[in-house]
Amino acid sequence: MVKAKINGKLVEVAEGTTVLEAAEKIHVRIPKLCHNDDLEPWAACGLCIVKNGRNPKMLRACCTPLEEGMDIITTDAELVQTRKTVIELILSTHPDDCLACPRNQECELQRLAAEFGVREQPFPKRLRFLPIDNSTGAIVLNPEKCIRCGRCVKVCQDMQNVWAVEFLGRGESTRIAPAGDVLLGEGPCIRCGQCAAHCPVGAIYENDQTTEVWEALMKTGEGEKTCVVQIAPAVRVALGEAFGLKPGTNITRKIYAALRRLGFDAVFDTNFAADLTIMEEGTEFVKRFTAAMKDAQAGKAPAAAVLSGGAAGAATLTGAAAGAALEGPLPLITTCCPAWVDYLEKYWPDMIPNFSTSKSPQQMMGAMVKTYWAAMAKIDAAKIFSVAIMPCTAKKYENSRDETMYSSGHKDVDVTLTTRELARMIKQAGVDILELPDEEADSPMGHYTGAGVIFGATGGVMEAALRTAYTLVTGEELKNVEFTSVRSISGIKEARIDIKGTEIRVAVAHQMGNIETVLRRVKKAKDEGVEVPWHFIEVMACRGGCIGGGGQPYGCTDEVRKLRIRGIYDDDDKSTYRASHLNPYIKKVYAEFLEEPGSHKAHKLLHTHYTPKPIYMK
Amino acid sequence: MARKIDVVFSDVEPGAALKKAMAMKPETIIAVLKDSNLRGRGGAGFPTGLKWESARNQGRPACVICNADEGEPGTFKDKRILELRAAKVVEAMAICARAIGATRGFIYLRGEYNYLRKEIEETMARLEENHLIGESILGDPGFSFDLQLRLGSGAYVCGEETALIDSLESRRGEPRNKPPFPTEHGFLGMPTVVNNVETLALVPHIILNGAEWFRDFGTRTSSGSKLFSVSGDCAKPGIYEFEYGITIRELLKEVEAGPATKAVQIGGASGYCASADDFDKAISFEGIPTGGSIIVFDQSRSMFKILKNFVEFFQEESCGQCTPCREGCSRMLEGILKFERSEGSSKVITDLLELAETMSLASKCGFGQSVPNSFRTIVSKFRDEILSA
Repeated sequence: MVKAKINGKLVEVAEGTTVLEAAEKIHVRIPKLCHNDDLEPWAACGLCIVKNGRNPKMLRACCTPLEEGMDIITTDAELVQTRKTVIELILSTHPDDCLACPRNQECELQRLAAEFGVREQPFPKRLRFLPIDNSTGAIVLNPEKCIRCGRCVKVCQDMQNVWAVEFLGRGESTRIAPAGDVLLGEGPCIRCGQCAAHCPVGAIYENDQTTEVWEALMKTGEGEKTCVVQIAPAVRVALGEAFGLKPGTNITRKIYAALRRLGFDAVFDTNFAADLTIMEEGTEFVKRFTAAMKDAQAGKAPAAAVLSGGAAGAATLTGAAAGAALEGPLPLITTCCPAWVDYLEKYWPDMIPNFSTSKSPQQMMGAMVKTYWAAMAKIDAAKIFSVAIMPCTAKKYENSRDETMYSSGHKDVDVTLTTRELARMIKQAGVDILELPDEEADSPMGHYTGAGVIFGATGGVMEAALRTAYTLVTGEELKNVEFTSVRSISGIKEARIDIKGTEIRVAVAHQMGNIETVLRRVKKAKDEGVEVPWHFIEVMACRGGCIGGGGQPYGCTDEVRKLRIRGIYDDDDKSTYRASHLNPYIKKVYAEFLEEPGSHKAHKLLHTHYTPKPIYMK
Repeated sequence: MARKIDVVFSDVEPGAALKKAMAMKPETIIAVLKDSNLRGRGGAGFPTGLKWESARNQGRPACVICNADEGEPGTFKDKRILELRAAKVVEAMAICARAIGATRGFIYLRGEYNYLRKEIEETMARLEENHLIGESILGDPGFSFDLQLRLGSGAYVCGEETALIDSLESRRGEPRNKPPFPTEHGFLGMPTVVNNVETLALVPHIILNGAEWFRDFGTRTSSGSKLFSVSGDCAKPGIYEFEYGITIRELLKEVEAGPATKAVQIGGASGYCASADDFDKAISFEGIPTGGSIIVFDQSRSMFKILKNFVEFFQEESCGQCTPCREGCSRMLEGILKFERSEGSSKVITDLLELAETMSLASKCGFGQSVPNSFRTIVSKFRDEILSA
């Protein structure tokens, strides 16, 4: 432990605690701009400077460990003036178009300028006139607004291990740019949007598609369009933050109500489609697992070889040949996360046979809306405008990823909006969401189980799959459906699940930078011809899972993630049904339409395939 | 009167210092260096023995880096050392490796010195043949030191030791947070000692002649001799070696600067601009410190143009990482250019001095913190010349 003083107050903290962290412990807030709790300090902005006693040298609180006997002063006239000058220096190359900025009122620089009472700009403006890059269609890069805090670069390289953005140039010419100075969409970017979620200003943000949705909604009245919407699991526990609620507050039923006020004709819940995903993916897992076990017992091949795939996997490369339905090697790897899918196609194409062919809930819902529901509601699918509200920027990319995203004969999901965009639409419409009465989603695709909602958190897809896999294997229902070992926020989680004497080994990884460790171990086992370490792997690109997605309200920290996760599991806790196969409406959909998991129809609508992709297009 | 001496460029018997060092315990080598009071010659003046000790105390395989990224405007001494005495520098690195337990080493050579590369690599090869570096040094199977030469790419900031390490690791060269210091967590996480060429060139002499011999030169707190790269308005520019404590006036006499000398820039663009009032001040760590750059200006020179040149240099070379330096350098240059357009005033100078204060207080590394040095000294001593530029 280290004892020191901060603003005259004695503090005692563990060795290695930074001055910034120690100050926050005693509720002293030190201004900061480049630092973010998710990242290692980079100490670039120069705002968190503090003094140590009479030493004239100023220290950066974000990266200086508190040392025994320090006498830290966080505020005095000189510090305030120096910080104000630093803000003015940042503003000297930052456009003054706050009113037309995507971060207006949510900008960390704007807030600091207000707090420090910047009333004039003493330095002449030197704008850089750099082009806007919207080549991904998901994330927009506006380097002119960049204050060169380095967060996006750190996020992309250290947290996500994607290396899509970097700094180019030197000195004043320093700018953020796609690595290699290509267009963002032509490089390694996986559209996870974590850069946008961490950017303190308006230099990286989601591609706003609210206008397209408003225009479609306008046509509903004229009978030209039927607007259908779905909301993802993670949206419900985060949207409230945009309206002043505590992170994790679940406002599902108010969101349904608000969506109707916006003019949507039908409101569905992606959780239903998550249940559907579990039916397909759970079945896929059980098929692959039992086939591997059978082969191993028959001595056809060493268990290891079978488990690790090899030739059997090739068939799934091309996908939906009905004969090969749901077959393939282990480990089975989840594919609900489009950023992760993009990453795997670019960085680990050898592993494609291990990918689940099941589409993500967004796309399953999209396909079902324009086929099953259109027929049921007697609406021409061509007139349906299908909107998905997602915590995610990569979902914008996913909805036109390949031809299987048009399985209904139309674009299955027309537009994906992020949670942030929905919040803006609700505000634009003047809908006082918190005062709305609770409403229910539309039937049948608004009914969900606890297994569906936990898709929004890291470990949730795995837990939901296990709940159903258990029943598929044993024919019995679980007494305790909670697999808490896959729930925490640690980057890689492993568990061994006993299904009536058969051990299933699973791994859960979130935050893209953690996945390489997992895949390397799988690849090593494959290369050495030994049994793979896990049978089933869940991957989500964002820290904490979708609740920490790149399209969620700003200000996400681990504390916020934990609250959102709690909101998700509380919903599960309160659910009547907690396993996807128990959802009566899922049963109905299979009985009336899909026949059974992996059927020909299910394959056509609910499954996809993957293609190796170059990291750079050129 | 400070003595003119010849240590850095004098020859030593190849291997003699290393042999002597290998007969000593590593702790003793470090003790000798600490006792000698040798301080870094690159400009910052950190005690070399303490640096080595800190790296050794980590108890892990360490790394030695020779900082040959000589980039301060007006210095050209390290180039000369490497031209004439590269073998001695390499041997010093092996001594350091022995003392701190290093297995790897790099010479980080300024990109513009590429023409020296072949010669230095030949020297390294020769030393390896003679078992002074490489495997089983001088027959000791437990002592190996893998040394490589790497080239910089022209960034001034890469002379800053942590940015240099970033560059060696194939990253964008930017200063790291300290702590951890390189001696704790340097190249690829190894405890790493980064020493200037001149510092290393002194080590074999200290090992051979002892700490006391070295302390005999210089002042009480600035032991030994220092190389000066002298350029500008003098009859005999070039490289000089004097003991610490020499006054500016003495130095000017040696280099035959005329009576019309107006100012002397000591320590390069980031250094101190001395006017006639300062000429009796001594050059030393406790007086006016310098990495070795001495530029003499006579009455014919415009102090405004000199200042503008320095600030242009900084604006060009700021790495761009931290706000105060990146934006500060540009804003300072803009302010100075006002004088050229007759838009300058005392108010502009006052504003720029405030900006300089922010830069020196809030910049992340020594680069940004020292940018204001020349501005402040030139403006305070030649204010009228700036105002009437």
